[in-house]
Amino acid sequence: MKKLFAAILVLALALCACAFAEEVPAVMTYAEYAAADISEGDVPVTIEAYVQAHQSWWEDQITVYAADQDGAYFIYNMACSEADAEKLVPGTKIRVTGYKTEWSGEVEIADGTFEFVEADPFIAEPVDVTELLGKDELIEKMNQLVVFKGMTVEPSKIEGDDTEYAFLYNWDGSGQEGANNDLYFNVSKDGVTYTFTVESYLCGEGTEVYEAVKALNVGDVVDLEGFLYWYNGANPHITSVIVGE
Amino acid sequence: MKIREQGTGNREQEWPRARSEEVVSPRLISLSLLFVFLVLALAGCHGSVGRTDFQVPGAFDESRHFEITFWAKNDTNKTQTDIYKRAIADFEALYPNITVSLKLYTDYGRIYNDVITNISTDTTPNVCITYPDHIATYLTGDNVVVPLDGLMDDARYGLGGSEVRYDGPAKDEIIPRFLEECAFGGHTYALPYMRSTEAMYINKTFVEALGYELPDVLTWDFVWEVSEAAAKKDADGIYPVNGQKVMIPFIYKSTDNMMIQMLRQLGAGYSTDAGEVLLLNDTTTGLLAEIAAHAKSGAFSTFKISSYPANFLNAGQCIFAVDSTAGATWMGSQAPLLDIAPENIVQFETAVRPVPQFDPAHPQMISQGPSVCVFNKKDPQEVLASWLFVQYLLTNDVQIAYSETEGYVPVTSKARETEEYQGYLNSDAGDALHYPVKLAAARLLLANTENTFTTPVFNGSASLRDAAGQLIESVVKSVRRRQTVDDAFIEKLYGDISSLYRLNQISGRAGMTSGGDLGPLPAGSKALLIALAAVWALLGAFAARNWLKNKKKQ
Repeated sequence: MKKLFAAILVLALALCACAFAEEVPAVMTYAEYAAADISEGDVPVTIEAYVQAHQSWWEDQITVYAADQDGAYFIYNMACSEADAEKLVPGTKIRVTGYKTEWSGEVEIADGTFEFVEADPFIAEPVDVTELLGKDELIEKMNQLVVFKGMTVEPSKIEGDDTEYAFLYNWDGSGQEGANNDLYFNVSKDGVTYTFTVESYLCGEGTEVYEAVKALNVGDVVDLEGFLYWYNGANPHITSVIVGE
Repeated sequence: MKIREQGTGNREQEWPRARSEEVVSPRLISLSLLFVFLVLALAGCHGSVGRTDFQVPGAFDESRHFEITFWAKNDTNKTQTDIYKRAIADFEALYPNITVSLKLYTDYGRIYNDVITNISTDTTPNVCITYPDHIATYLTGDNVVVPLDGLMDDARYGLGGSEVRYDGPAKDEIIPRFLEECAFGGHTYALPYMRSTEAMYINKTFVEALGYELPDVLTWDFVWEVSEAAAKKDADGIYPVNGQKVMIPFIYKSTDNMMIQMLRQLGAGYSTDAGEVLLLNDTTTGLLAEIAAHAKSGAFSTFKISSYPANFLNAGQCIFAVDSTAGATWMGSQAPLLDIAPENIVQFETAVRPVPQFDPAHPQMISQGPSVCVFNKKDPQEVLASWLFVQYLLTNDVQIAYSETEGYVPVTSKARETEEYQGYLNSDAGDALHYPVKLAAARLLLANTENTFTTPVFNGSASLRDAAGQLIESVVKSVRRRQTVDDAFIEKLYGDISSLYRLNQISGRAGMTSGGDLGPLPAGSKALLIALAAVWALLGAFAARNWLKNKKKQ
């Protein structure tokens, strides 16, 4: 009788535990994530990926560039304590639950929460997309770490000013040194000019790439590495500039 | 090219814009203020003298050199920054003993955060572009912001004063309604610098193609009806009105303004002048239900969820785009500033109208735009130098030049009535400077100045404003995520918003910074102060006794 009572009790407890346990969402592969259709609204997603870089932590939120062996993710304003932000070093594996959405063409995970996952670190190799510039296929590399090789720095102009600048503080030159403004600069390949950005919240004033762009000259031939962010078209967030010989 | 900004407030909603997650966090404000209070309290314990009330000096000391800092906001607009620089150069030529150092920001939230941080270290700027809501928070420090009443009325250095070296406006030449917006708690804490309102930028071509005639003042019902008609797709997922696969008929840039204006137009509660929060009421619930329904049908979205209204409008993917008049240069097929590829631009006729109304016979719309305040310093001469520069920003040259950069209007009748400004306003040149949509936006505000309003200013009013917008953002976002928006959802939302934005605490501290009489100290406080005084007296007596003992030994 006692055994029966104990068994019933255990069963009841187990059922209660099941009822109250939080539903753990299934982790999607990159292919499943990419296939999630957001044309009719945001879609809940859970992914596991490795931090590649992040923007500066801000008020319990952080924007992360992440990747796995199959693709990349832009995780916008993920909930994160300042202490955890310090642990989000490149290579760290995290499980993120949020909503897949799109903003101005950028496909991202919004309103995400995360937890750390124990794993060997992974850093993605940059993908050379130079030949994809100006082609529709470039969008398939969105958010990945990419490299553009042999790009020529073209002049940037400020309205009402004939000076040819190698870069501008802010898109129209309205920023200034010391204000940690984004840097905008033009580069060309095969006669077509593209605008690239140093996103100051990713690589701010004083970082190697920020200072390298400030040192550019019109006509320099450069290799550029960065994350393929999207804003009504490709708008790479550049993280490295190597000036050619 | 506009990109998302991190950690910015969404107060003015001019370019560049910030997304919902990027509002100035109430937690940050609370922590910052706590820090300010602690520092001030500790400083007081150590006997250092805080900033004293500012008194206007009898004369400006021209034998000394003053370096003042000016934290300014621009709309990521090179012309605006050039105007600031030119104003500074012209001012310095008039006052060679004053140097103005300019620090540029592109959003109010950053200025706000930086000022709060710098209050604690007594390193505030001298002059700062700001909003009255923000000043209310700055005033939690002691004598941080200079009340301008005495300065404005000073016969020598005040508005139109005899010793001022430029032709600035007299007090009665500042548009009274705009000056009133800068006054609270019985004092004027800022001067208006520029003013704008919100406008509805409309693809008139599409409205007419849908079989509607555009009225002079649009009702909410009209906008919803046309939006619902435009949101219908054919079997192939194409919107007949534009022949594209994308169409968001109605996009609102600043949802805090949207909620505030809707409530105001309906005579519903938002807050009292004293700071009692009334936002979470039955009218708000009804509005949210209606907004949710239109979001569900795809007729409505917001900037924070979808992107810039101008980009959708110019691509023929939006019919009604509500944004600041100070964003007018981005609106329309012929806009001087564009943020989408030229091949994506659709040609259409752009109409400009006031924001939708519940009672079109009595339109009501928000008044917004930057003001400028002066921070208190130990040296009253330094404050006077700052004040002279602030006044200079209201001279005709600065007012007219800056207002022409966007759909702003000058804040002085002195500037408005000039031949130069009237010529600009009525020009049909059609070039970038005289872009018709921008001029229409400016004229809209000039014609409706008496129909504008602002919300009450108190410590926490900035947070309440954010909460108002977040209600709409949360509802629209939830609909997009196929969540049910019903009474239970709204009840939970109100709880969450109330907690996140500390609305209960705002009501609890209502009037705290409005400069009003706070009444007698509570008995407990009195007892604590008496006890502290007694402890200091005992410590003093003890020290004196030891000193006497030592002296006797010697």
